[in-house]
Amino acid sequence: MKDIKPAILLFIVFTVICGGIYPALVTSIAHALFPDQSKGSFIHDKYGKEIGSSLIGQPFSDLKYLWPRPSATAEFGYNSSASGGSNSGPTNPDYLKTVAERVKALRDSGITGPIPAELVQASASGLDPHLSPQVARLQVPRIAKARGIPETMVQKQIDAATEQPQLGILGAARVNVLAVNLKLDTLTP
Amino acid sequence: MSQTLLELVQVLFLLVVLLALVKPLGGFMARVYQGERTFLTPLLAPVEGLLYRISGVQPDDEMGWKRYAWSMLLFNLVLFSGLFALLLTQHLLPLNPQKLPPFSWQLALNTAISFTTNTNWQNYSGEQAASYLTQMAGFGLHNFASAATGMAIVIALIRGFSRRKSSAIGNFWVDLTRGTLYILLPISIIAALLLVSLGVIQNFSPYKTVPLVQSVSYDKPKLDDKGAQLKDAKGNPVTENVIAKEATIPMGPVASQEAIKELGTNGGGFFNANSAHPFENPTPLTNFVEILLILLIPASLTYTFGLMVGNTRQGWMLLGVMILLWLLCFGVLQGVEQAGNPLVAKLGVSGGNLEGKETRFGMVASNLFTVTTTATSCGAVNSMHDSLTPIGGMIPLSLILLGEIVFGGVGSGLYTMLAFAIIAVFVSGLMIGRTPEYLGKKIEVQEMWMSIITILTAGVVVLILSGLAMITPSAVASMSNPGTHGLSEVLYAVASMANNNGSAFAGLNGNVPFYNLLGGLAMTIGRYIPAVAVLAMAGSLAEKKYIPPSLGTLPTDKLPFAVWLTLVILIVGALTFFPALALGPIVEHLTMR
Repeated sequence: MKDIKPAILLFIVFTVICGGIYPALVTSIAHALFPDQSKGSFIHDKYGKEIGSSLIGQPFSDLKYLWPRPSATAEFGYNSSASGGSNSGPTNPDYLKTVAERVKALRDSGITGPIPAELVQASASGLDPHLSPQVARLQVPRIAKARGIPETMVQKQIDAATEQPQLGILGAARVNVLAVNLKLDTLTP
Repeated sequence: MSQTLLELVQVLFLLVVLLALVKPLGGFMARVYQGERTFLTPLLAPVEGLLYRISGVQPDDEMGWKRYAWSMLLFNLVLFSGLFALLLTQHLLPLNPQKLPPFSWQLALNTAISFTTNTNWQNYSGEQAASYLTQMAGFGLHNFASAATGMAIVIALIRGFSRRKSSAIGNFWVDLTRGTLYILLPISIIAALLLVSLGVIQNFSPYKTVPLVQSVSYDKPKLDDKGAQLKDAKGNPVTENVIAKEATIPMGPVASQEAIKELGTNGGGFFNANSAHPFENPTPLTNFVEILLILLIPASLTYTFGLMVGNTRQGWMLLGVMILLWLLCFGVLQGVEQAGNPLVAKLGVSGGNLEGKETRFGMVASNLFTVTTTATSCGAVNSMHDSLTPIGGMIPLSLILLGEIVFGGVGSGLYTMLAFAIIAVFVSGLMIGRTPEYLGKKIEVQEMWMSIITILTAGVVVLILSGLAMITPSAVASMSNPGTHGLSEVLYAVASMANNNGSAFAGLNGNVPFYNLLGGLAMTIGRYIPAVAVLAMAGSLAEKKYIPPSLGTLPTDKLPFAVWLTLVILIVGALTFFPALALGPIVEHLTMR
């Protein structure tokens, strides 16, 4: 019975240390050393207003924008208040129908040859901000045509928003879709 | 192809970094649990002493196994009650900027058990259900406490091997306090700050709203005054067209949670998408750090074990078996996921299976995370396991069903692995006609009983519960994918809960009474019956005298035993679960041809 006292008191003490002091300490150091990252890596417009996070993808379907990967979030794709994947199984008939529809939409947009899996399979978070460079390149002709600007100009924005694997080996090369589209909107033909 | 080869180098890189850390951390942990001086002692000893004074702990008051187990259970009961109460009252408490409502009692019960047992199964969506206070003082605390509990239990078992003719196996309160103060907290602080520097968020702001560059129109279901969905005369839901012009971006103290979530092999995500969410895991480098954190303590404990039993080769042998099984499983998963889904390929699509995977991680780092999180009892995910190819999905499922011994949970992995080693010693002892001994202790009836209980409890629970689910209409209705894949979803869910993993084939809707309540039972049984059995074994081993190795002793630190142990693990796993796996993933794979 004498162990009831430490059970309750250690619970209270550890709640204060692990549940209070620890996150508060990390927050204060993080805000001092990494203010931008700790607050969400937001992109600001020229007036300093937050216009999106460079880590959180947004929905784009207009012909003049670089299209991101499909997203299976609730209500609408890239709903950042409800992260999540499709959780569709590989043999689910509804899922295969959805993929077939996405393939058709891409064909209609002018993509020929094999369709990259990335453009028809939804990401895990539903907020994936990236595309592979080779997959982004496929969309260049469509974007250039819709905007009436040269393809090289579009490709230049994609290259500028491309990050390489970290330390040369970690992860994959990737293009930030929101960064490309924000930049595209500032260009004039 | 060269792209994939390049990506595979990161597996090697991970192994090198991990192996370089095993010895320093393993040695450090041995000194901490043996009460020796470390470089943190000057800083932390006063804090430690203060905690003992406040809570009335006598640090040199050694406990027998029964009192040790009782203290462990009592502390876990208090932990559970605290979180259960917090979940039911979070709307009345501070640090709830989104004014989130309380959990329903069934969901609160499931969630409180889940975090207390180091499972972190989540039948709720983090950003839509849990206040910042709940995340920190509730889930955060439990991430530390459940990890420290697991570590204390394995240390007690190791003392059982190393002590001779002793009736005591240590003091639970001291092991709990030292594990938290000296090991979990310092590493978490460093890891959390590292993660923030790489982009993981850490703040207490309310959720932010930003304008969408391109607004979206969608059909939103109309609700009546009570919040229920409106239906038309034909029973179809009534919808209205809505245009979304803004995005709501959730915030929170994520990095501090993320660090201990991986380090303590807890796995409960701050957000619904868990470690796939860009705010939890924004870059390939954070992904690498998170995988490393998951493996760090379970791998290093093998060295702690070796040191404490006086033969580090014993620990390296166990680590070797773990790495072998881990690489084997990664190889299969990588192979089938890279090959892709043939049904999707038929539609004119090229490339590996990327459904439920993030672009920034790519194929290799996604698969590496999947294997790591299920080899250990972590359960965090950076890709959606439900969308893996059938054989791909069978890999994490099998790793969970094996009992999470490939590294395993902090503490729990090693103690389950040691139970397997005892079974392997016993079976080989029968075959060569010798009295089975392990680490100088005779293996007798008590040890065999406790080892078998440790290994088979979760398996028995899984088979009974998944059978029960199949005859319960509400449990079947929770499946989101039809056919054999639905069976895999249910099997995965009960396996994940009974083995305290917490990852899911997340299409399954777990927030129904069947999974909330029976899942809670499965998690409780799966955690505490093996834990108490291990402590009973520790007590019985500690009382035995030491038998020096003789010519007739089977060497357990050499390659033949490593191979033998691997086979025993695979045979026990296959015999228990092959029928269920055959009906789920294997049939699904065959129907894809």
